[in-house]
Parts: sequence; C-alpha cells; structure tokens
Amino acid sequence: MADFLWVQTLNGLSFAALLFLLASGLSLIYGVMKIVNIAHGSFFMVGAYVGLSVILKTNSFVLAALAGGLTVGVLGFVIERGFLRKFPLQPLPQMMMTLGFALVFRDLSLLIWGGDPFILPCASYLKGSVRIFDVVFPIYRLFLIGVATAVAIVLWLFNEKTLVGAKLRATVDDHEMAGGVGLNVPLISGCMFGLGVFLAGFGGVMGGPVFGVYPGLDFELLSLAFVVVIVGGRGSLLGSAVGSILVGLVDNFGKALIPELSYFTLFAPMALVVALKPTGLFGKE
Amino acid sequence: MKGLLNSKIKIAGLILAVLILMVMPPFYSSYWVTLLTQMLIFGVLAMSLDILLGYTGLSSFGHAGFFGVAGYAVAILSTRYKMGFLFCLMSGISLSVLISLIFGFLVAHAAGVYFLIITLALGMVLWGLAFRWVSMTGGDNGISGIARPDIGLPISLKDPITFYYFILVFFVIALILMAVLVRSPFGHSLKGIRESETRMRVLGYHSWLHKYLAYVLSAAFAGFAGVFWAYFNGFISPFDMDLNASIEIVLMAILGGPGTLIGPALGAGIIVFLKNFISAYTQRWLLILGTIYILTILYAPQGLMNLLQDWLKGWRNKQKKNDTTVDTLPR
Repeated sequence: MADFLWVQTLNGLSFAALLFLLASGLSLIYGVMKIVNIAHGSFFMVGAYVGLSVILKTNSFVLAALAGGLTVGVLGFVIERGFLRKFPLQPLPQMMMTLGFALVFRDLSLLIWGGDPFILPCASYLKGSVRIFDVVFPIYRLFLIGVATAVAIVLWLFNEKTLVGAKLRATVDDHEMAGGVGLNVPLISGCMFGLGVFLAGFGGVMGGPVFGVYPGLDFELLSLAFVVVIVGGRGSLLGSAVGSILVGLVDNFGKALIPELSYFTLFAPMALVVALKPTGLFGKE
Repeated sequence: MKGLLNSKIKIAGLILAVLILMVMPPFYSSYWVTLLTQMLIFGVLAMSLDILLGYTGLSSFGHAGFFGVAGYAVAILSTRYKMGFLFCLMSGISLSVLISLIFGFLVAHAAGVYFLIITLALGMVLWGLAFRWVSMTGGDNGISGIARPDIGLPISLKDPITFYYFILVFFVIALILMAVLVRSPFGHSLKGIRESETRMRVLGYHSWLHKYLAYVLSAAFAGFAGVFWAYFNGFISPFDMDLNASIEIVLMAILGGPGTLIGPALGAGIIVFLKNFISAYTQRWLLILGTIYILTILYAPQGLMNLLQDWLKGWRNKQKKNDTTVDTLPR
C-alpha cells in the first residue's frame, strides 16, 4: 500500500511537472495580454512532433528540446505580431483566432506526422530506474520533476529580479500606464507570447518520452491546463505551480483508483475552488 | 419607405426559406434531404448557443456537452430499456437541464473570458465521462443501433422525407420558443447584461439569476437538439461532445451572426454543408475549418447576418440619396 502511494505520488508529480510547463505559459500569456490561448496545447503537441523529428535526425535530446521549443516559440511570436495584434485587448476575437490556429495546427501535424502515436526516445543517460525506499522509480520521471522545478525557479528569478521582469510586471498591472512611461508594450507582449509558447513546445519534448505524442493530445492537455489555471488563479506563477501539483496528483490518483470516472475526479476540486474563491487560489482581482 | 423595403426583403427571404424547407425536399435526392435534416438539428443547437453567446454575451465552450448528454440519454434509454419517443425526449432534455442546474452555480458568477475557460473545462468533464465511463456509455465505441422513434402515427420515420418533416416541425417549435424568449422582457434583460452587467445590477436586476437561467435554458435547447441528433444519426459517441464539437457550434454562431437567432441557424447550415461537401473531396476538413475561423474573425467578426444587415442598410441609404436630393440634413 505504501509502495502504491509512493509510486502514484511520484507519477502524479511528474505529470504535474509537465502541466506546469504548459500552464505557466498559458497563465502568463493571460496575465500579460488577456489572451486565452486555445492553441497552447497545439504548440505543446507541435513542439513534441518537431522534437521527435530532430531526435530521429540528430539523436540529441537536448537539441530536440531546444528545437521543439524554439520552433513553436518563433511561430507564436509571428502569430502574435501578425494576427493577434490586430485585436489588442479584445479577448474574444483573439481567442477565436488562436482557436482557428489550433485547428490548423492539428490538421497540419496530422498531415506531416500522420495519425500514429509516437513515444520520443529519451537520452541514454536518462534511461533506467532508481530505487528509493524499496520503490523502483524511472529516472526520467524524476528528471522531469527536476526540469520543471528549475524552470519555475528561473521564471521566478526572471520575473522578480530582472529589469525585463519588472517591465513585465508593470505591463501586467497596468497596460496603459506601462505604455505611458515609455515601455514598448506591444514588443513586451509579443516576446511574452513567444516565451509562453516556447515553454509549451519545450514541455512537449520533455513529456514526449513518458506520455508520447499523438493527435488529440493538444486539446486533452489544454483542458487540464485550463483546470490548473482555474484552480491556481490567472496570471500567477505560484498559482500555476500549486495548481499543477494539485491537478497532477488528483488526476493521477483518480486514474489509478477510479479509472471510469477519472475526468470527474478533477471536477470536484475545481468546483470547490471556483465556489469558494472564484479567482482561483492565488488569483488577484 | 425604409420599413417597406425592409419588410419586402424580409418577406422575400421568408418565402425563399419556406420554399427551400417545406415545399422542395420531396424533389431533392435523399442525400440532400438527409443533409437538410442535419442542418435543422444543428440549427437548433447553434440557436441555443446564441441565447448565451449573442444575447447574454457569454461564450460557452462546453455547449456540445449538453447536446451529447441528451443524445446519450436517448441512446441508453431507447436501446437498453426500449423507452418510447416522448419519454426519451423528456429525459434527454431533463438530464441536460439537471446538469446545467448544477454547472450553473459554477459558471453564472463569471463573465467574459473566465466564463469561457470554466465552460470549456466543464464540457471536457462531460466528454471525459462519456469517454471513460465505459460500462454506461460504451466509451470510445459509443452506442449504436438507436432506432428511429415510433410516434404512434401510421407513418414510418425510417423514410428520409418523413423524418425530415418530423424534424422540421420540432425545428419550428424550437425556433418559435427561442424567438419568443429573446423578445420577452427576460430576453431584453439578457441583452442589458450583455451591454453592461454593472448597470443592470445598479438598476436592480438580479444579474446572477438571469445569467443562471440563460445558461439553463440554453442547455435545455441544446439537449433538445441532442435528442434528435441521436435519433437521426442512430449512433452517439464521445466525438459528438468533444471540444471540437463545441468549437464548431461557436463557429456556426459567430459565422452566422451572434444575437440574430436566425443567423446562427444559417451558420449551422453553412458549416454542416461545407463539412459534408468538403469531406467528400478531401480529408483536410479541420484545416479548412480553422482557416474559415481565422478569415471570419479577420473579415466578418460580426457574422454574416449582421454583415448582410449592414450591407442592406448601406444600400438603402444609397437609394435614399438617389431618391431625394433635398433631404441631406441629418435627422
């Protein structure tokens, strides 16, 4: 029983790590630009596919992770500058636009990579498993938790300790004033969108060796990422982290204990949070 | 003059619609009749979303959930328990209403984008239930073998034309009910909430309750459409209620013109037609759907119906300018 708890907790945490990579970008993009990026799961999926192609060509996992993240990051930047910027601060048209792109990406990736599910091969030094308190646990899942923690710390430092981070926070707090004191708000927004999307693509490659990549992954993870944002609170980094851990654990234990109702088990904590604190655990407003 | 021209066009449109919907079908091939039937069902669904999206200004991204839930109710009751049409119809709608009554508590306080996120997540919960609760829903395989209903009349609904007229009757009933709803004082208060919820609250309206009721009513009509979809299709699966399905309903409403009721029905017709038409030639339906989405937002964000109305207004003004040279003063 204790074994079961340990394994499931670590599984849940590694899934939470993945969710964090996805939801932190989603939440930050929402916080800065008020865009609900429906294509966020698609960027995750495309990132994973690009990573797959790169890994098959070069055999380098690091290169794949960078390529997956950068490709969709640039793609996101272009979409923001080219399309979303036409509707500044109009959440609905912007969201519809990302929705259109989500559909286009899904179909294009089906066209390019086909409908078969793939598991990304992971680097040899991350294969194998370790023994912790009599429980065998794959190294890769621990690595995933480590990566997400590192990303969280870097994001936090970037946000709190750097000049760019300060500009970013200023933009989150008050768009007009930030523009008024001479910040290039459109450029900051574009870069922010690119960064958030980069994290999604990077996360896609990171998750690839465990969860694989297949058509439909985009919307499946998107809804989980939304639950994270609802639970954690919009625009909050801490909220994304706590929300990811909660959703990751609940989802995993739900799947393990009552597989038939696994989506439903997510509903309960979300409903509870929405009913008690509509802005989410760490949301402002 | 203005009213006359307006009503002339409206009457012409109405006659055309009646011709297409009532008189012509017996002359079409059964392929077109089936397509028209499908358009009518999705027309009801798109109109039901319009109560929320167009009139209350709340974009729901989980609307297919209510559609699917009602469809599943019909599928389970009619295949496993051999229940009759009326019982299935009532249970399907009741189940949608029941779920919306519960979900309503979570969504009715929200507005704008937040409403959208919550409804999306809730819609996925319903989808997940259909997908994973295999013993009840058959999971990925769905439930097949839903027979056309026996309505106690000496006509068989197996015939496409008869079934088409059967659906048309219910389409008209739903259309009238929804048209009355949006023109009622309640409907006007919804529009008020769309324009400014704060102001409505200051005026003494219980805006939460109005949004809650709008959500429930909208779900009821979505369930209504779901019941007929199950009977029409003879098969229901999680794909009928996934995020894609919800997205398509939103596109139908946006493309047709939110807040016009008949516009979303038109949008539904266009999307259903394109989906069937394009699928016959290529597998790339989603790609085209996405492109239509982007183009609609870029070039016709108000939807076709509103675009048409603006265009008519412009045309009318031009006519007026030609008619009268003196009357140039602003009214």
